Amino acid sequence: MGRIEWAMWANEQALASGLILVTGGVVAVAAQFKGWPFAAYAIAAGVFVCLLEYPRGKRKKGSTMERCGQKYLTAVVKVFGPITRNYYVRAILHAALAVPAGFLLSTILGTACLGIASAIYLLAAIRGEEWNPIEQKPQERPQVGGGTIKQPPAMPPPRPPADTRKKPPAEVAGQENPIPVTIEAE
Amino acid sequence: MVLSLLSIVYGALRCNILAIKIKYDDYDVSVKAAAYLCIFLWRSFEIATRVVVLVLFSSVLQIWVLPVLVWLGLNAFLFWWYYRVYDVPVKYHYSRKLLGSALAWARAPAACLNFNCLLILLPVCRNLLSFLRGSSACCSTRIRRQLDRNLTFHKMVAWMIALHTAIHTIAHLFNVERCVDGRVEAKGTIQAALSDLGDKTGETYLNFVRKKIPNPEGGLYVAFTYLAGLSGVIITLALILIITSSTKTIRRSYFEVFWYTHHLFVVFFIGLVIHGAGRIVRGQTDESLKEHNPHTCEKNFTQWGKISSCPIPQFAGNPPMTWKWVVVPMILYFFERLVRFWRSQQKVVITKVVNHPFKTFELQMMKKGFKMEVGQYIFVQCPTVSHLEWHPFTLTSAPEEDYFSIHIRIVGDWTEGVFNACGCDKQEFQEAWKLPKILVDGPFGTASEDVFSYETVMLVGAGIGVTPFASVLKSVWYKYCNDATSLRLKKIYFYWLCRDTHAFEWFADLLQSLENQMQERDNAQFLSYNIYLTGWDESQVTTLGKIKDVINGSKQKPLYGRPNWENEFKNHASQHSSSRVGVFLCGPEALAETLNKQCINNSDADPTRSTLHF
Repeated sequence: MGRIEWAMWANEQALASGLILVTGGVVAVAAQFKGWPFAAYAIAAGVFVCLLEYPRGKRKKGSTMERCGQKYLTAVVKVFGPITRNYYVRAILHAALAVPAGFLLSTILGTACLGIASAIYLLAAIRGEEWNPIEQKPQERPQVGGGTIKQPPAMPPPRPPADTRKKPPAEVAGQENPIPVTIEAE
Repeated sequence: MVLSLLSIVYGALRCNILAIKIKYDDYDVSVKAAAYLCIFLWRSFEIATRVVVLVLFSSVLQIWVLPVLVWLGLNAFLFWWYYRVYDVPVKYHYSRKLLGSALAWARAPAACLNFNCLLILLPVCRNLLSFLRGSSACCSTRIRRQLDRNLTFHKMVAWMIALHTAIHTIAHLFNVERCVDGRVEAKGTIQAALSDLGDKTGETYLNFVRKKIPNPEGGLYVAFTYLAGLSGVIITLALILIITSSTKTIRRSYFEVFWYTHHLFVVFFIGLVIHGAGRIVRGQTDESLKEHNPHTCEKNFTQWGKISSCPIPQFAGNPPMTWKWVVVPMILYFFERLVRFWRSQQKVVITKVVNHPFKTFELQMMKKGFKMEVGQYIFVQCPTVSHLEWHPFTLTSAPEEDYFSIHIRIVGDWTEGVFNACGCDKQEFQEAWKLPKILVDGPFGTASEDVFSYETVMLVGAGIGVTPFASVLKSVWYKYCNDATSLRLKKIYFYWLCRDTHAFEWFADLLQSLENQMQERDNAQFLSYNIYLTGWDESQVTTLGKIKDVINGSKQKPLYGRPNWENEFKNHASQHSSSRVGVFLCGPEALAETLNKQCINNSDADPTRSTLHF
């Protein structure tokens, strides 16, 4: 499995965990289960995790499919520089966020999922992966001629003297045309 | 048709009049002639619009929609039925007193989960599907082709499982909360009385929570000490891991993660079967119901056992049902894996390894008893490279050849490993015994044999989709050489779309050799092919000052950009206006939409009809 980027899977897992935390939290708060303040925290933590994990990082090899509308969040996540780029930080952050939700049954599934995501991020960090934002490529104006045309030539190309430029007589033609050639009117 | 429509309208008219007369039964109603006319017009309008809508829908109906509708209908029915099983009967009256409607909300998706977990294993039994496809020769190819949509169905069922798991889990969160509260907090209420049952000897319990630990710890304790709770948490976690590793990004880029994580389904199914073994869903026993009627006795719950009309109610748990649903598919899947293993152990001999330019190589193999059709694919494993990975490849040889071949392009570490194992990187001749062991499973997929039932075909291959057409074209050629008169196919238009032909040089060679052979046989018109290099367009080519002649010596120069399908279709339609033209596509979905539209636009009424196959 030489080419796996674990961060990709960690990202999917963390996003799912965020959603599960929010769902469990909403159920517990709406039904006012005992200990529902933990659930309120879980909602906040879940939303935060979702926002953080929504923008997909750029893969090292190959192209990365952006999630719909992620460029706005990419701009925000990019601002934090090394905190969001480093996966060790993410691993520890997710582990820490997961713990308080573990005190309530409604949100403990979110805790478990986020814990797994944290573990995969740790693995990614050990393998030296980093989060790089997917930048929008600036629109390139198509270069005419691939950029090789610089200036039109100033001098005509050197030609051999006039008498050698005469065409050889038709009888000495060295080529057999496979397809009959018709001479079109000039 | 008009007559039947008229008779239906007449019947509606009579019913309408009869209804009016019955409503005013006491009076003698006489209906005026104008009223008759109004009713007639109204009913005929109603019926006509309904028939039109029905005809329109069924004309665009794809055949695969029907099984999906049946499946959705069954889901809805099971949900509703089992909801009522727990919401209506008196057996669960006290359970509902304790838990509310959350009991029914948990049991209904449980039934749907049983149904969907039964279904999810079936579409992935490849060999079973191949067997069904082969043995159902009576059914039309259109029906048999639906078996190719097995993975789509597998994904739909998986999403349904996820949805029902969510509903089931949320409902049980309520149940656990209420059970624990009933045990701990409710004082003097019927919930307390019900929860206390089972404390004394001779009593059976209703509330499965026996320890008096308050929420929220109580809920956590229940979830992790009871079999149902623990197995539920584990299998839900397994399901979530399976789902997150099955997203398109992960599947396409890191197949191994997807494949290995997916095997957590074993954990899922084992947990699912033991999930209900604790029998914690309790209902009143039949004997108890005879003596103790909940409707009359619930009001005096403090008197149970003290008055003769209301003895202590007795409860029992429901036996686990899931195993009955999933045992057959589990056995079928087990046999599927056994068959795959057995088939893969059959000896495969590599007869030839051909090195093609641009990181492509061809493996020609032979296997005893291997039968293939055009357009099928096989799964290949190379134990020297990886013991667990199986990769699918379209067969590029024709059934008429005595070997079968695949063309492999090096895109990852597995393909590179096979490349090295076959000695492609070495210049000198390789000994046959040095070639690696290869395991082959297959062939799978619906054959593209429909190609041979048309007089004229348009074959469109985009990118990697060109590979099945190698098999098709070769097979056509063999059939032609064998007996040209028996071949119904008279003209092939082949369109090859790719960014550049580098990846498929070998296919370009194939086309060229076919072209040459047809020239020799004086039938140059049989196959006309057009290569479109979509990575370029005309303007870039001319300004660069040279035309990239990728196929040297080819009589047909490559074209740049995308083909103008409307023109192509118009030309073919006018040239072959009295015959059916089959259009075959292997490529992206967007292209399929385009071609489908063009087919419809350029098809006149009978007898000319272009039908689209892919």
